[in-house]
Amino acid sequence: MTRDAPAPPTDRAAVSSPRATAPRQLSVFLSKRPRLRLSLLLAAPLFWLGLVYVAALAALLITALWTVDSFTGQISQSWTLDNIITVVTGSLYQVVTVRTIGVALLVTLIDILVALPIAFFMAKVASTRMQRVLVIAVLMPLWASYLVKAYAWRSVLSQGGIVEWIAKPFGLESPGYGLPATIITLAYLWLPYVILPIYAGLERVPDSLLEASSDLGAKTWRTLGSIVLPMLWPAIIAGSIFSFSLSMGDYITVNIVGGASQLLGNLVYSNVGAANNLPLAAAIALIPIAIMFVYLAVVRRTGALDNL
Amino acid sequence: MKRSSLRRSAIVSTIAITALAVMTACGTTGGGGSTRAPEQQKLGAMEGTVSILAWPGYVENGSNDPTVNWIGPFEKATGCTVNSKTFGTSDEAVTLMKTGDYDVISASGDASLRLIAGGDVAPVNTALLKNYAGIYDFLKLQKWNSVEGQSYGVPHGYGANLLMYNTTVFPTAPTSWSVVFDKSSPYAGKVTAYDSPIYIADAAVYLMAHKPELGIKNPYALDDKQLAAAVDLLKAQRTNIGEYWSDYLKSVQSFQTGNSVVGTTWQVIKNSVATGTPVDVTVPEEGATGWSDTWMIASHAKSPNCAYAWLDYITSPKANGEATAYFGEAPATQAACDFRTDCDAYHAGDKAYASKIWYWTTPIAKCVDGRTNVKCTDYSAWTTAWQQIKG
Repeated sequence: MTRDAPAPPTDRAAVSSPRATAPRQLSVFLSKRPRLRLSLLLAAPLFWLGLVYVAALAALLITALWTVDSFTGQISQSWTLDNIITVVTGSLYQVVTVRTIGVALLVTLIDILVALPIAFFMAKVASTRMQRVLVIAVLMPLWASYLVKAYAWRSVLSQGGIVEWIAKPFGLESPGYGLPATIITLAYLWLPYVILPIYAGLERVPDSLLEASSDLGAKTWRTLGSIVLPMLWPAIIAGSIFSFSLSMGDYITVNIVGGASQLLGNLVYSNVGAANNLPLAAAIALIPIAIMFVYLAVVRRTGALDNL
Repeated sequence: MKRSSLRRSAIVSTIAITALAVMTACGTTGGGGSTRAPEQQKLGAMEGTVSILAWPGYVENGSNDPTVNWIGPFEKATGCTVNSKTFGTSDEAVTLMKTGDYDVISASGDASLRLIAGGDVAPVNTALLKNYAGIYDFLKLQKWNSVEGQSYGVPHGYGANLLMYNTTVFPTAPTSWSVVFDKSSPYAGKVTAYDSPIYIADAAVYLMAHKPELGIKNPYALDDKQLAAAVDLLKAQRTNIGEYWSDYLKSVQSFQTGNSVVGTTWQVIKNSVATGTPVDVTVPEEGATGWSDTWMIASHAKSPNCAYAWLDYITSPKANGEATAYFGEAPATQAACDFRTDCDAYHAGDKAYASKIWYWTTPIAKCVDGRTNVKCTDYSAWTTAWQQIKG
């Protein structure tokens, strides 16, 4: 190395300082302001959330306080509590509410009972390969349209349908169209939504705990009851929220296989569609919302939401 | 902990402020009054487009069935491009018409009066329509398409709500609606009925014949007592109902499988059941309810001239014949029968048959049978009653 040799370029000089393009300036500006960064990131989803939940709910509440001119169908925007009072005191709405809750609870119960063994098999017994196949099989019905599945059940339950064909040799009959058919169909439709959270919950239960339980002499049921179930509880609750809330709002299935019965959704639908009475429909729609609030509050008290 | 509660109260107050803002923005105003649009005196130049609100099957441009197309010739002849939307119930039609986006609507009698009262449709000057003269006289200036002698539209076609029965269960045709009402218990769980408040009129037609002491003169003009009697009849029927239908394909299917063996139906349903299904239809001795559809023009139509052109076109023999044949109803003019072969099946032009039909009319507080000493029950009372019947 000679003295007058040019000094080797330092690393610093090798990279020319980046050009101050607009995006770069912006990123420099943002990097110093974490709060602004966060608020920009969250603005879009929060705006959507506000629009969908808060504004829609507020609009619903406001509409429920209006009335409609029965003949011309024009909404008269003067405040009144008549609709709410009608809905709370009317015997029709009480009967239908109780029926809807009953259907939703039964659907949820059936779904949980069916989902538990399936999810357990998927998570703990099946091989990895089998597991994938089963997850796809569970998801498969979601690829088909809701309407197609409901109509499929309509033909399955019809006179001369598959159910009757199977049940006849045993001296049984198809339930026909009605509430039992509605419960069967809804339980079928929402099953994937219950299986998946329970399956995910079971995946988190370590096998070592099951082995430990068995090493300590616990039988199958004891292990399930004392180890698996408490750990699984939040997942079951999550699944039940899906099936319960989806059943509470359904009106299409009951229209297709429900025979002559109606649920809260049908009352809302017929008040919007047939009677053109949006305010009353809005008042009725507040019932399932109130019930869901109660349901979530109860669930919260059990502590099941804490580890979700 | 403190921080999170602070944040929570911030969220709550944001929600409260938003809600408050929305509420103030909406404000409260009285119901809008309706204004009556004047009748159009002469036709002008075509606007180039027309938007039509219609029952399914009334506006066919070949997209559902390439051989069924009466929109193409209309567009070619008038230069008016047709935009159309269909609806499933009269009530949906009324709601859609209120948006003001449509020039023309095919309204059944249970929608037309409401549209007139709401100021949504304009009077129609029938002198501007050259095909109006050919329309059956018994369809002109009726309660459901005119007010005080002023025409509000042109008739399209009509049909009756028939009694459909399974011929295996009923070897001889039932002659009375009693098989779906007070003598329906042998068919419990297999009786079907139309799922709409307007079905209360069917019960009223039956009561007119069997309970003359109630004094029902028109099934769409029921006072409180008469409505209560109809509701009682329908509540008793409810225990034997297998299912209610409003989607006609659902009705077709349940008669094919035998889930329904008797109940109210439309001619188009009878035509749609698979051949070999043991069903037939009849008009029982009490008479029947039915529909008579009217083409009406919006009071604030953007294309009134194209709208008039459409009204004239759809009542022309060929178009009217094709459209009513496709839907399965009687046409509005005798000349239309030259363009279809099944007019007899629908008793087209048979005045005696037509007079047996009580066409759907919106029940209103001012009794449509002319009574002035009582207040009649209106459609909203019928809607409430219908929900209570279904339970």
